[in-house]
Amino acid sequence: MSRTLAQKVWDAHVVRRADGEPDLLYIDLHLLHEVTSPQAFDGLRLAGRKVRRTDLTIATEDHNTPTDNLLTIADPVSRTQIETLRGNCAEFGVKLHPLGDPQQGVVHVMGPQQGLTQPGMTIVCGDSHTSTHGAFGALAFGIGTSEVEHVLATQTLPQALPKQMAVTVTGELPPGVSAKDLILALITQEGTGGGRGYVVEYRGPAIEKLSMEGRMTVSNMSIEWGAKAGLIAPDETTFAWLKGRNFAPKGSDWDDAVAYWRTLPTDADAVFDKEVFLDASALTPFVTWGTNPGQGASLDAVIPDPESFASESERAAARRAVEYMDLTPGTPLRDLAVDVVFVGSCTNGRLEDLRTAADVLRGRKVADGVRMLVVPGSAAVRAQAEEEGLHEVFTEAGAEWRFAGCSMCLGMNPDTLKPGQRSASTSNRNFEGRQGKGGRTHLVSPAVAAATAVTGHLSAPADLYAVGAR
Amino acid sequence: MEKFTVHTGTAVPLRRSNVDTDQIIPAVYLKRVTRTGFEDGLFSAWREDPSFVLNNPVYDGASVLLAGPEFGTGSSREHAVWALNDYGFRVVISPRYGDIFRGNSLKQGLLTVELPQAAVETLWDLVEADPATAIEVDLVAREVRAGGQSWAFDLDDFLRWRLMEGLDDIGLTLRHEEAITAFEGHRPAFGVLVG
Ligand code: SF4
Repeated sequence: MSRTLAQKVWDAHVVRRADGEPDLLYIDLHLLHEVTSPQAFDGLRLAGRKVRRTDLTIATEDHNTPTDNLLTIADPVSRTQIETLRGNCAEFGVKLHPLGDPQQGVVHVMGPQQGLTQPGMTIVCGDSHTSTHGAFGALAFGIGTSEVEHVLATQTLPQALPKQMAVTVTGELPPGVSAKDLILALITQEGTGGGRGYVVEYRGPAIEKLSMEGRMTVSNMSIEWGAKAGLIAPDETTFAWLKGRNFAPKGSDWDDAVAYWRTLPTDADAVFDKEVFLDASALTPFVTWGTNPGQGASLDAVIPDPESFASESERAAARRAVEYMDLTPGTPLRDLAVDVVFVGSCTNGRLEDLRTAADVLRGRKVADGVRMLVVPGSAAVRAQAEEEGLHEVFTEAGAEWRFAGCSMCLGMNPDTLKPGQRSASTSNRNFEGRQGKGGRTHLVSPAVAAATAVTGHLSAPADLYAVGAR
Repeated sequence: MEKFTVHTGTAVPLRRSNVDTDQIIPAVYLKRVTRTGFEDGLFSAWREDPSFVLNNPVYDGASVLLAGPEFGTGSSREHAVWALNDYGFRVVISPRYGDIFRGNSLKQGLLTVELPQAAVETLWDLVEADPATAIEVDLVAREVRAGGQSWAFDLDDFLRWRLMEGLDDIGLTLRHEEAITAFEGHRPAFGVLVG
């Protein structure tokens, strides 16, 4: 029977199937971080259980860690969470990349960079952006703390197969338009609940052309429109990216693996429960104006009139968002002045993202009164960027070059917005208070972030050339 | 999870309705990193009042909570169940529960019995007249017995079986451990090893 990529991965992991019960799925890789794991470990301890497969489990520290130093976690609550993870990993024999370790970083950057994330795998983590790993053709999704405990104890999860959706992106992205613009535009088109109940597969020529970094950006934000997971078929780009990484198969194992991975893409006549289309060639730099990732618009647009939306619930949400974001309908998005620019997170904190931002900043300065933070997604990304001299570009421009972590993606560590501050952020959530109480977030691509830092208001790189010509 | 068949214990009469999970355990206790030790958070705001029923030493050692209707509504926090368990309760009896709380409780071995309001009133009276009254909660027969009276209660067969076997989700899955081990024997050689 014809099957989708997700179905093939699913079927290959069914440990037990019984009528009227969810399938018992085997989990190939379990990623842990400090926030959602403490009660799970405590549950194991209470029941006298151990971690079934420490060799398929790996932990990192990211949400609570500071990015201005590697030694001191000032907040005692944050410090306790980190120390608890360290204690649990030591006690249960789980490998951990602590603050200061060369592989430490945001969990969804750390896994792929080591080659831990591979096509055809099932991957879970107590974190909703686990969808990131779908970019490799893995079935990857976020789970809750009780499920974390379940996977630690059994290396399996009872799961019912979700519905399948195909997102076909036709055409070619215009120059200066990136994977981030693509996914922001898709979420605005489909709404934040558009993917609920589905495992999504992104495909089509525009997806195939994306680098692995770009694919990870797209898969990462699957959860922002409600999808359980977001997969992309493995291909030559995937294999080339993986080859030679620490945990990638070696020698004849590599050949066996690639031969298997080539069988994974969706069969030509497989049927999806739903299909969605997007034309990449019509896209422009895209940003959010509101307080959910579905409230976005082309950078060329103006703040919409809340009364212009079709449904009352959308109108109400837009009214609230416009008020919280302190916006006036009709204002061009380009006129919005920002206080802070954040480049980083598991959405856009990889090497390619930093290169893009550096290319825009090279030879330019961050505008007066604007604070720009550049936060590599992992210590390894930071090291690579320094090898290429990117850090010099950033510091010469007046940006802050930070250590790896979640940083300003969420207000759990010292990097936060002050009440009323407006940011252009390459992260994934523009929720009220996400970057700090009272903070106002506009989600943008790395290129738009860097151009915005230069002008001090929302801008695309093309705007800078226009300025230069004047 | 401990197996639950028949439990006999004394009870605390909590003559209040609409006790939401914020009352059972306030949000400040959610910052913790442990799964145990939540007993100090249980009804912590109310326990500051010396006349609150849990502060009455005649009810020390009680393991059955007799609550009014709509017990455990509101936030989904699993901590509410942890707090009741940690305090030493094994059974709650109430006319009606918040859905999520009830689901959480039955997953974690806290038996939440639904009895009609009149039955709960009778139990309140019995316990207030004599705090040493033994309440017998029989899951096998699906019956509560006290003071020479008895009341039948409903509980889904699957949930009852799970409680009687002492199986949490993990316990249930581990019944298929052989299948898991067999599956592990067939994983491809190139499956990652963190090492
Ligand atoms: S970078 Fe942001 S979205 Fe990603 S794991 Fe950290 S907090 Fe979550």
